[in-house]
Amino acid sequence: MSARCRRPSPMSVFDFPPGREGYYGAYGGCFLPEILTSTIEELRECFRACKADPAFWREYVEVMQSYSGRPTPVTYLDNLSRHLGGARIYVKREDLNHTGSHKINNVMGQGLLCKRLGKTRVIAETGAGQHGFATATMAARFGLECKIYMGAVDVARQRPNVFWMENLGAEVVAVEDGQRTLKDAINECLRDWVTNMADTHYVLGTACGPHPFPEMVSYFQSLIGSESREQIQRLCGRLPDRVYACVGGGSNAIGIFQGFLDDEGVELVGCEAGGLGPGPGGHASRLAYRDASLGVAQGYKTYFLQNEDGNMLETHSIAAGLDYIGINPILAHLWEQGRVRFEAATDDEVREALRLVMRSEGLIPALESTHAFARAIAEAPTMARDDIILINQSGRGDKDIFTVADAIEDRAWKAFIRTKAEQYGA
Amino acid sequence: MALEPFLRERLARKPLLVMTHVVCGHPSFEDNLRALEVMAEFDVDMVELQFPFSEPSADGPRFVRANQLAIEQGVHTRDCLAFLARAAQRFPFKLLMMGYYNTVFKMGEARFVEQLAAAGGSGMIIPDLPLDEAGELRRLAAERDIDPILLMAPTNTDARLARLGEAARGFVYAVARKGVTGGKTAMDEALDVFIARCRRATRVPIGVGFGVSSRADMEFLRGRADIAIIGTAALAAWEAAGEAGLRDFLAELLGAPQGQGA
Repeated sequence: MSARCRRPSPMSVFDFPPGREGYYGAYGGCFLPEILTSTIEELRECFRACKADPAFWREYVEVMQSYSGRPTPVTYLDNLSRHLGGARIYVKREDLNHTGSHKINNVMGQGLLCKRLGKTRVIAETGAGQHGFATATMAARFGLECKIYMGAVDVARQRPNVFWMENLGAEVVAVEDGQRTLKDAINECLRDWVTNMADTHYVLGTACGPHPFPEMVSYFQSLIGSESREQIQRLCGRLPDRVYACVGGGSNAIGIFQGFLDDEGVELVGCEAGGLGPGPGGHASRLAYRDASLGVAQGYKTYFLQNEDGNMLETHSIAAGLDYIGINPILAHLWEQGRVRFEAATDDEVREALRLVMRSEGLIPALESTHAFARAIAEAPTMARDDIILINQSGRGDKDIFTVADAIEDRAWKAFIRTKAEQYGA
Repeated sequence: MALEPFLRERLARKPLLVMTHVVCGHPSFEDNLRALEVMAEFDVDMVELQFPFSEPSADGPRFVRANQLAIEQGVHTRDCLAFLARAAQRFPFKLLMMGYYNTVFKMGEARFVEQLAAAGGSGMIIPDLPLDEAGELRRLAAERDIDPILLMAPTNTDARLARLGEAARGFVYAVARKGVTGGKTAMDEALDVFIARCRRATRVPIGVGFGVSSRADMEFLRGRADIAIIGTAALAAWEAAGEAGLRDFLAELLGAPQGQGA
């Protein structure tokens, strides 16, 4: 087994003090209805046993290598680096995973765990559709029944992923409650789970929600960080100066950051959805803008975009996968400790960055991942030429073709859609 | 009078007490008040006032919609507390806050308990606040004679039920089945066994909720539980036919009105 396949060593952040299991400083915890107490305890026990079993990790790494193409490479962006005239920019290519994003890492891990639990059905929420797509793929591969909950707004803007989920054999439910986005899909999963926990595992897609989900999702996503650390050292002979990752729930970010948490010289930068800019309702930035406050919802304690009654605000982002009210409790803690810096990129900055990256490097990052590029592009010119930047390209952007075509007002695309619609109408 | 002695006193003359439910501000506070008047006519013993929350993940579709509509109409926590104070002045039944923990947390536990006590509330039912996270709130509530009501679930182990039963104050809310509020519950042997498990785990009265909606359900619960908890079915009756709908529903469930009204 090569070094990059190593099991994550217990880090201080997951080393809970007595009586504070599942807490990262003031954040995290487990706030669920009594009916799920036994289910979550069973999950905690199973995850604990998996962590203690080297054979489990070995099987997981083998699955990720043979099925998803890991390790994903790190690519040097020479053109972009020269164009910006500052730091050298490297990209961790999570977009090259099977199903096109880092989401598959967590999903395959939870799939193996689900088999250990002996459960035959999985449910999952999805925003952009990448997590739902990955879960449907895993369910097909492992022979599990699968139901995906997706906000009706997201179903409308991410049809290609819905198409694939359904064709992979999953049932996709459009959630019509609330804002009809990711948070409402999570509520609907919780409602399914309180009913069907006997045979159903909830494959939560991000490092949020009740303990042990933040820890468990981080555990599986830590592959990104351990691979990256070794790869960048091999390529550059040293560690990067800054690592950028987009943060919706925050699973790709905690994934890559874990590789560098103990390296004091590496600055970690979380990039949130700045949407239309600061002010309640126009973005999904919990930490970079100051519109969020501490709350308890969807099973955990963290910063939420909410009003003075504790009811959640509308959120907005060009990227469906970042459009979420709460934030990974581990990242909230690391932010408070000064270990992770938080920034936001607006929709406009993201559109600009995407154009630049496509033209200069032939890469199509997902709109979510483009938030990390946007911040790196803004900061690279202010850095020295021998500084090193590492960006996590968490997903590929071809799924966003409708949104991107809208955003850049591509006339030829619109004409194509009209023709296609006429064909179907005939 | 504290909640448990109040329930004991009533249990001495009624075999099965009744707790009903309204969602604050849905369809309006005026409607809520008229609903409470009807409930008083039927001499219900407790009413839970649900403080609307944007993420009611333990509730079924009807309550989810009610929560959402109330918020859209601009119902705030302070309005719910003011309504509770008004109802407490006017009606003989006990009033409990029902809602999600973020409503309490955002106001601050101490301030919330203070205001709930000042308004005349007797208890709190917070389905997403497990006993293990409720230490400080329980301490604050005990100081002000507010009972935090614990839920028991059929999926709980006997050890967990014993812990909950030991900590329970006022009464226990036994969740009759898996799932969310609303929908049908089979009143069968499994439920009988579960209620008996709850009974062994605690000395406080036991209320049974989730899916209680018919006279047959009431007959099943009589002699087994102490309190029948009626939520979604009453809201459905109100949404279908207003005051008359609720009155007909309660008459069907409980028999002719016995109370004095308001």
